Amino acid sequence: MPAGPLEPRGKSTVTAYIAKRLLAAVPVLFGLTIIVFLIMAMIPGDPAIAILGSYATPENVERLNRQLGLDQPLFQQYFIWVGNLLQGDLGRSYTLNRPVLDEVMERFSATLILAGTALILCSVFGLIAGVVSAVRQFSWVDKAVTFIVLIGISVPSFWLGLLLILVFAVNLQWFPASGMFAIYGGGDLPDLLHHLFLPAITLAVVATGVIARLTRTAMLEVLRQDYIRTARAKGLTERRVIYRHAFKAAMVTVIPVIGIQAGFVLGGAVYIETVFQWPGIGSMLVKAISTRDLLLVQGGVLVVAAAYVLFNLAADVAQTVLDPRLR
Amino acid sequence: MSETTATAPARREKLPKRKRGRPDSIRLLLNNALATAGLVVFVLIVLVAVAAPLLPLPDPDATAPANRLLRPLAEGHLLGTDALGRDILSRLIWGTQVSLAVGVSATLIAAFFGSLIGLVAGYAGGRIDTLLMRGIDMVMAFPYILLALAIVAVLGPGLLNALYAIAVVNIPFFARNIRGIALGLSRREFVDAARLSGKSNAQILFIEVLPNVLPVIIITMSTTIGWMILETAGLSFLGLGAQPPQADLGSMLGEGRKILFTAPHVSVIPGVMIFALVMSINLLGDGVRDVLDPRLKSGALTRPVARTAVMRDQVPGGIEPDAEAVLDVRDLKTEFRFGGDVFKAVGGVDMKVGQGECLGIVGESGSGKSVSAMSIMGLVPTPPGRITGGVALLEGEDLFAASDERIRQLRGSAVSHVFQDPLSTLHPLFTVGDQLVEAIQAHAPLSGSAARKKAADLLKTVRIPNPAERLKSYPHELSGGMRQRVCMAMALAHDARVIIADEPTTALDVTVQAQVLSLLDTLREERNAGILFITHDFGVVSAICDRVAVMYAGQFVETGTTEEILTSPAHPYTAKLIDCVPVLGEPERRLDAIGGRPPVVNDLPVGCAFADRCPRAGDDCRAAPIPLTEFGEGRTVRCIHPLNAEAEHG
Repeated sequence: MPAGPLEPRGKSTVTAYIAKRLLAAVPVLFGLTIIVFLIMAMIPGDPAIAILGSYATPENVERLNRQLGLDQPLFQQYFIWVGNLLQGDLGRSYTLNRPVLDEVMERFSATLILAGTALILCSVFGLIAGVVSAVRQFSWVDKAVTFIVLIGISVPSFWLGLLLILVFAVNLQWFPASGMFAIYGGGDLPDLLHHLFLPAITLAVVATGVIARLTRTAMLEVLRQDYIRTARAKGLTERRVIYRHAFKAAMVTVIPVIGIQAGFVLGGAVYIETVFQWPGIGSMLVKAISTRDLLLVQGGVLVVAAAYVLFNLAADVAQTVLDPRLR
Repeated sequence: MSETTATAPARREKLPKRKRGRPDSIRLLLNNALATAGLVVFVLIVLVAVAAPLLPLPDPDATAPANRLLRPLAEGHLLGTDALGRDILSRLIWGTQVSLAVGVSATLIAAFFGSLIGLVAGYAGGRIDTLLMRGIDMVMAFPYILLALAIVAVLGPGLLNALYAIAVVNIPFFARNIRGIALGLSRREFVDAARLSGKSNAQILFIEVLPNVLPVIIITMSTTIGWMILETAGLSFLGLGAQPPQADLGSMLGEGRKILFTAPHVSVIPGVMIFALVMSINLLGDGVRDVLDPRLKSGALTRPVARTAVMRDQVPGGIEPDAEAVLDVRDLKTEFRFGGDVFKAVGGVDMKVGQGECLGIVGESGSGKSVSAMSIMGLVPTPPGRITGGVALLEGEDLFAASDERIRQLRGSAVSHVFQDPLSTLHPLFTVGDQLVEAIQAHAPLSGSAARKKAADLLKTVRIPNPAERLKSYPHELSGGMRQRVCMAMALAHDARVIIADEPTTALDVTVQAQVLSLLDTLREERNAGILFITHDFGVVSAICDRVAVMYAGQFVETGTTEEILTSPAHPYTAKLIDCVPVLGEPERRLDAIGGRPPVVNDLPVGCAFADRCPRAGDDCRAAPIPLTEFGEGRTVRCIHPLNAEAEHG
């Protein structure tokens, strides 16, 4: 392989790559809309009856069906739906009697605060635990971490949440048991953090375990590489070898998994929001499914799925910034 | 443990505890103990759940408002009662049965459809594969639990619907894993053979391919079943799974949540059960995976420490250092340990390198030549490697007795290394400049800009054009020859007394080889550094080495000046090796001309290790160890029937 010409490197290629990835995400998002649309179209029963109630006259049902475009072929219905979607119209929630988009966005911001915090927590603690575990392989620290991680990925998060409420909210009364803000006099950042603590930790537990495991394996694999031997042969300190050379290389494997964990954290929020009565999109979805408010379900699923795609995209970009070979 | 203490009785070096390389069996045992515990708990839970109808339990659905919310250990109700006065123990056991049944069914459904998709995609390949896997990717673009929720939303709440939803969202895991294996298998010979014998695709798929992917299916099942139990319990907890009066562990937990503050035991107990069930499955799955994972067996997942462990039985005393030698290695022994096997990679080797001198060590791969060279600065990975004997004197200082910090100071300064494959030996994520600057700053207190300037100068020394620009390149952007020059530049960052070059030209093509060799030769003359040059190639030896040592099965079989050895080899092995040298213009010449294979170093013969491949070998060769004996002026050979003996002894 001959040496290539000296082209300008650095920021410009990364920017180009990000642009490319963003473009590639468009068909994925498009595919998501198709799946969400099809799932909802598969629902048995007439939506018009669902909206108007079972006592609606046939004329009224027919009129509403026409209004909703439900008398059109499926693919036309899809385009009408996507067209509305692009204009920010996700329909109206019949249980809440307000536009789906407004409700979903309001709820989603609460979920984002919770899931984002959990994602930061699990990345930080997962990476630390994994690295320590790998560096001190076979020590009691490693064994303890391995065992705790196993507990973390086996514990039902909704049950863990209940236990934490019992201990820290009921018995010790250190943290509130539910909600996002205090009902009286709350609303500022310390109040939010106070409410955020327990649910964020509960939500982070499983993902922390997964990330710690993977980081440990990735570090152990990297530490066997030839370039680590080179780093040692140069006379670098072991600290530098591990935390600069090995860690950076291991991160290339770990980052995509953090992206995938975003999906588990966003999904797991459904349980945690229910347990802690966090006013997020997860608890909204559970309620909407029970009340068969399907437009609300549709909007909620779509927004969370889109957020997941963007999280993965961010992980992708981070990986590329780290690894020049991918550019 | 007893094994370690027995084989290293008089350990003089005080080593930190973790450097002693624990035997793998302890770790395996620990994992097995945990796995065994998991197995016992799991079997116990399953037995009790299955035996539920036979056990003397009260009706799980019988309500008794008078006895509501009894605490655990209440009379007649071991675990107390719930809000309707139902016996929690009975409900727990029946609920476990439901949860287990649902989890196992979901796993089987997901395994069936996922494996089917994976098999078909992997076997058919092409468009079908693309289509199926795009579909799978699409499903995976959804957050896992969210998709299950959407499916339940469509089908409506209910235990069976929750089961379907969980099964569907787990299909991609199976499809992906199985597809990968099936794809590999479908290109194998036995599949071609089956095809030629006229079997139909379905027959091949289910008779030939399926049995081979079965282990993967089982492993994937064991890793996902815990998840599926958790997730179905989760859906029930949310009220979307089991509907009253039917109860699984999740719905019990969900009902108990409403009275969490007044009667916590109602929700805590089913949670403990879910946790115990999933934990036991995960422990078992981990144990199985640890035993099956080839990376764990081979030790590829053990962390090598910063420096090879030194465990000399005795420290050789009273060695008179050779004043002329920069590097003087005596009776070096290095071993590898895998489980109970000991591989004596280096079995007593003497090496001397003078100022400006180049000593070549030649041998086949596996002969121990690289391990000998890497032992000097402790770069043999531990575990599994360890130095068990000898001394390595660098200008009179015993490197095996030096502290870790001292070794770090000497690495890259007094002794520098050039390795074989420059693509894997340079860090892929740092620029060449960063790596050079790091090497410079490791032993010289230079500022960033001064170090960068020196780095550019070094690149110029190794004749890399446009050095300032090249500093910004990543290794993968350079050619093989260019990368090896960078490695050499790194080795020259400080005034090395000895350069250890481990097959530095092997990965390069012939013209680049020649350039790198002449560069190394010039540097040796200019800087007067000693070179220890490892190679398997006599052609390369003749170009650069003053003296040569030929290595076989961990020992030198012949040493002498390059000229003598090349013109009149004494050991039959040396003669064979020289015959292997490629001659320019004869590319078809067979290089692997020595019949047979070298012996495995954990099972060396008593006598000459080469005897089985040697045309001159007799019974006397196999009877006893052959010593390395003087063979003329400054020459030694380990052979009792040497070649060219007449020429030497006149």
